[in-house]
Amino acid sequence: MAEVTGAALAPVDILMVGVGGQGIILASKILAYAARSAGYDIKVSEIHGMAQRGGSVVTQVRLGERVYSPLIPEGEAHIILAFEQLEALRWLEYVKGGGTIIVNSQIIYPVPVLAGMAQYPENIIAHLSRRAHTLVVDALGKALGCGNARAANVVLLGSLARRMPIPLSYWLSAIEDCVPARYLEVNRAAFQSGYAL
Amino acid sequence: MKELMTGNEAIARGAYEHGVTVGVGYPGTPSTEILENFARYPGIKAQWAPNEKVALEVGMGASLAGARVLVTMKHVGVNVAADPLMTAAYTGVNGGLVLVSADDPGMHSSQNEQDNRFYARFARVPMFEPSDSQEALDMVGLALQVSEEFDLPVILRTTTRVAHSQSLVELKERNEVPLRPYRKNTKKWLMVPAFGRLRRQALEERLQKLKAYTETTPVNFISWGDRRVGVITSGISYQYVREVLPGASILKLGMTFPLPQGLIRQFAAGVERLLVVEELDPYIEEFVRGLGLEVTGKKIFPAWNEFTPGLVRRKLREAGIPVPSPGPGEGTAACPLGPGGEMEELPPVPGRPPVLCPGCPHRGVFYVLRKLKLLVTGDIGCYTLGGLPPLEGMDTCVCMGASIGMAHGCELADSSLARRTVAVIGDSTFFHSGITGLMHMVYNGGQGTVIILDNRTTAMTGHQEHPGTGKTLMGEPAPAVDLEALVRALGVGRVRVVDPLDIAGLTQAIQEEVAAGAPSVIVARRPCALLRRENRPPVRVDVEACTGCKTCLKLSCPAISVQDKQAAVDAIICTGCGLCVQVCKFGALKEGGENNG
Ligand SMILES: Cc1ncc(C[n+]2csc(CCOP(=O)(O)OP(=O)(O)O)c2C)c(N)n1
Ligand code: SF4
Ligand code: SF4
Repeated sequence: MAEVTGAALAPVDILMVGVGGQGIILASKILAYAARSAGYDIKVSEIHGMAQRGGSVVTQVRLGERVYSPLIPEGEAHIILAFEQLEALRWLEYVKGGGTIIVNSQIIYPVPVLAGMAQYPENIIAHLSRRAHTLVVDALGKALGCGNARAANVVLLGSLARRMPIPLSYWLSAIEDCVPARYLEVNRAAFQSGYAL
Repeated sequence: MKELMTGNEAIARGAYEHGVTVGVGYPGTPSTEILENFARYPGIKAQWAPNEKVALEVGMGASLAGARVLVTMKHVGVNVAADPLMTAAYTGVNGGLVLVSADDPGMHSSQNEQDNRFYARFARVPMFEPSDSQEALDMVGLALQVSEEFDLPVILRTTTRVAHSQSLVELKERNEVPLRPYRKNTKKWLMVPAFGRLRRQALEERLQKLKAYTETTPVNFISWGDRRVGVITSGISYQYVREVLPGASILKLGMTFPLPQGLIRQFAAGVERLLVVEELDPYIEEFVRGLGLEVTGKKIFPAWNEFTPGLVRRKLREAGIPVPSPGPGEGTAACPLGPGGEMEELPPVPGRPPVLCPGCPHRGVFYVLRKLKLLVTGDIGCYTLGGLPPLEGMDTCVCMGASIGMAHGCELADSSLARRTVAVIGDSTFFHSGITGLMHMVYNGGQGTVIILDNRTTAMTGHQEHPGTGKTLMGEPAPAVDLEALVRALGVGRVRVVDPLDIAGLTQAIQEEVAAGAPSVIVARRPCALLRRENRPPVRVDVEACTGCKTCLKLSCPAISVQDKQAAVDAIICTGCGLCVQVCKFGALKEGGENNG
């Protein structure tokens, strides 16, 4: 993890992708809080509405000294944090060549696949790896290990945090600010288990 | 520390800080959260109206009585509110009135992507367009001031990427604004033709003053840079231009009606090549060309769909305008596709369309309608998803409330359709604009059947209260409309209530009512599955009995899959609604809790 210095903050663009209901909104909120403490200008863009009914969901987070567009240009995301494999593949073009993809090993079949109208692609991880440094995380397993499957989002966030130039303490207080007290312990543990990867 | 806020949160905050005491609107993406957030501030009143026309009328009344007012809606909502809007430009206001029009280029959650900037020009009311949350907050204050100073309602136009993007904003204290006393003035407020003509002329005078104002308003400004290219832009496109052409000269327009002629001429004179970068229609471009200036806009940029910074960069480059390159990717041996990012051929990526939730009460209705092979005129809400494969139980969706009128029109054109057509409409949509359609049908001797999907909420836009739910936006109890009594009062003799999770009951009701030869209403009543989670144990699959026939897949329930000739139910998301149990001819799907599976 790089030090935060007095110099201009280098831009970091993160695309968070997954399926409605996977907790991307909370993860992006914690990220934005931590980034704010680190002094970044921030823009976050997300789509509401139809996307929530189990559709594909994407949140774009942009950090820098001064951020203009809330949208990341195609091919310029430094990091994709994918909550589901197929969604990582769908947005693959967005990552900078040689960037980083952190991908949850979880697979969620979309309705066209459930209904036998389409095929879930094979070897997704291999495709991702040819394009960017790819870290596969068993977020669901880790979260269950911490006592709650719903904390998978924060496991992934922990793995992201490890690769971001933002000090650990800012992440921990951001979690405190964003997570209800009774889920705090589980989420702290989930974060640490992702951070260790 | 600055707060991170969406454009919508910032608009609510701006209204609070600048002394707005009345907020009213109808939900619609991407506008809904404005009023939901505004409702949480102290010392204000916030209300959901049954539709946008009523919302604006309530807003006008509050303005008449001297309050500062915020009225919110999505772009198509302004169509519904257009009638009061057009004449509100004549009457003007007392307390400042800001109408938020939240547009949706790219149609993320809308049936069209109309460009509401034309409404400002059409009605001749001032319009502001923020490009981030801080501007959104500040422009609410400016718009209120302009509204009061020029005696006009003001449109604040956002787009999805402004409304739903978060950025940092500085918060200030609330500035209490006293009511402006109401003084009777029929020449201003009573728009009979004689007075209307006076106000029409007064409108022209107000416009002349506004034309001077727009030249000097701080939200229209030039930043000079490289003079070879000058870009006129506004709203979110401004941010894309700043990112893609960091050195260019830019004329940023925060006030887009009326447009500043003088400023535009000054800018054009200072640059070699003039561009307009704007989403949707060539609204600014045509104005600039009308000034006799040479300008490029829609010749290179598309006139539909939303922009992205990547698209702006590509199009500029295609037009021969030098654009700096983004930093190259750092390729490594481990990632041979690194630098430049040439993509290999990827396998086809199946779509992940939105679907009705597991346990959704709408699902069974569309399953039955499809089985009965009826012509189904539909409407807008979560239930519109019932028109997509594999359910495909809806033929049309045009605008809110259209289902009933269209069903009657089918019957008028071809009487053989009378007993084969039904209209399907949600409860919130029925209150919004279905009542008049039903009144028309009954009055004109129609025999149609209307199914009202009463899931006790406005689900599509995030579960807002409405006149049928018994609660208000501010969480107070309210009288709930008696739907059955209401439709009876309209003259519908045949009214029945069914449980949409009962396929046999639904089928019988629909068959009987369609055949009845009299206007009828079926209320399919059951709360949205996300509203009250009254889940029953998940369904189990009897693997012996399952033949892999895939009939259950026709329900389009995300909890059910069939693989290798075996149905499977995802016990985590199944709500135990029981629809699939009723649909399976082999008894392979069993209610949970039974001892088999
Ligand atoms: C004029 C207009 N206003 C608002 C909207 C946004 N909108 C679409 S559907 C809907 C309400 C849906 O509620 P309901 O009819 O109860 O159906 P549900 O989603 O609950 O199934 C709203 C507010 C719109 N499309 N058009
Ligand atoms: S939110 Fe409610 S009405 Fe909408 S799809 Fe889900 S269950 Fe159905
Ligand atoms: S009971 Fe059947 S239809 Fe209902 S949610 Fe469960 S799997 Fe889906």
